[in-house]
Amino acid sequence: MKPVPELLIVDDNPADLGLAREALSGGSHHTQINSVEDGEEALAFLNRTGVHASAIRPDLVILDLNLPKKNGLAVLAAVKTDSDLRRIPVVIFSASRLSQDIARSYELGANCYVSKPGNLNEYFAAVRSIEEFWFGLASLSLRGG
Amino acid sequence: MNDSEVDILLVEDSPEDVDLTLHALHREKLANSVFVARDGEEALDFLFCLGSFAHRSFEDPPKLVLLDLKLPKVDGMQVLKQIKSDARTKSIPVVLMTSSKEERDLVTGYDLGANSYIQKPVDFAEFRKMVQLLGLYWLVINQPPVTDGAPKAARQAQ
Repeated sequence: MKPVPELLIVDDNPADLGLAREALSGGSHHTQINSVEDGEEALAFLNRTGVHASAIRPDLVILDLNLPKKNGLAVLAAVKTDSDLRRIPVVIFSASRLSQDIARSYELGANCYVSKPGNLNEYFAAVRSIEEFWFGLASLSLRGG
Repeated sequence: MNDSEVDILLVEDSPEDVDLTLHALHREKLANSVFVARDGEEALDFLFCLGSFAHRSFEDPPKLVLLDLKLPKVDGMQVLKQIKSDARTKSIPVVLMTSSKEERDLVTGYDLGANSYIQKPVDFAEFRKMVQLLGLYWLVINQPPVTDGAPKAARQAQ
């Protein structure tokens, strides 16, 4: 049996995080949802250091850009220049629609860029679409390699 | 067709898979224009504006490249490697599509910077559903990269 995919959501907004959890729990794919609220903690989780020493390596990261301590682009750059972590797909999920944020994200190796909708229903739909594509369709490098 | 405004570059040598993919995309009205490259060399010429594609511009990249792994002339991994190691093309989303169940290809693909990796279903109906979901995600939900820090329409309006 395939292991349940592990998802890491990095978002400092508790309301956004709650909505994402709600959207995912009502979805059709069973995932283990982990969340952290700033960029430094995200890297600690991914590198399994400090309080996250026993963290399980995620199969997918959903990353906000505007984060305390270390911003999302810095986290993305750290993941995508790490020879081991770089194979984990990173979905940028940000309220920013600035073309320089989008361009920079792709340059740094983001796997895709989804704008956070302001409207509740659209927000749910966006999270569900991310779930459908990445957990329903894509092959993920499930903790192998 | 006008190959300057291409939504999807489909790199596939199997005529059956090409037909299935185009049919599913058109049915859903997901892609106005799809360009099909039948081997890795043609795909690279298209993306790097070489040979018979010398008139194309790096400022008009496709929004998505659907790349089969097993291709004549230049294989899919080599095509991926060249796209992702060149600053002019590395931001173009590339989704690998393969019938391979090789874990090694999956890891190598993501390591080389593939945006995603999909196993082609054998079943016809599932294949169609896969293409529909894929097109919806990458052309509607996803924000494609922009060139020169401004979308093309904005540049033209200036």
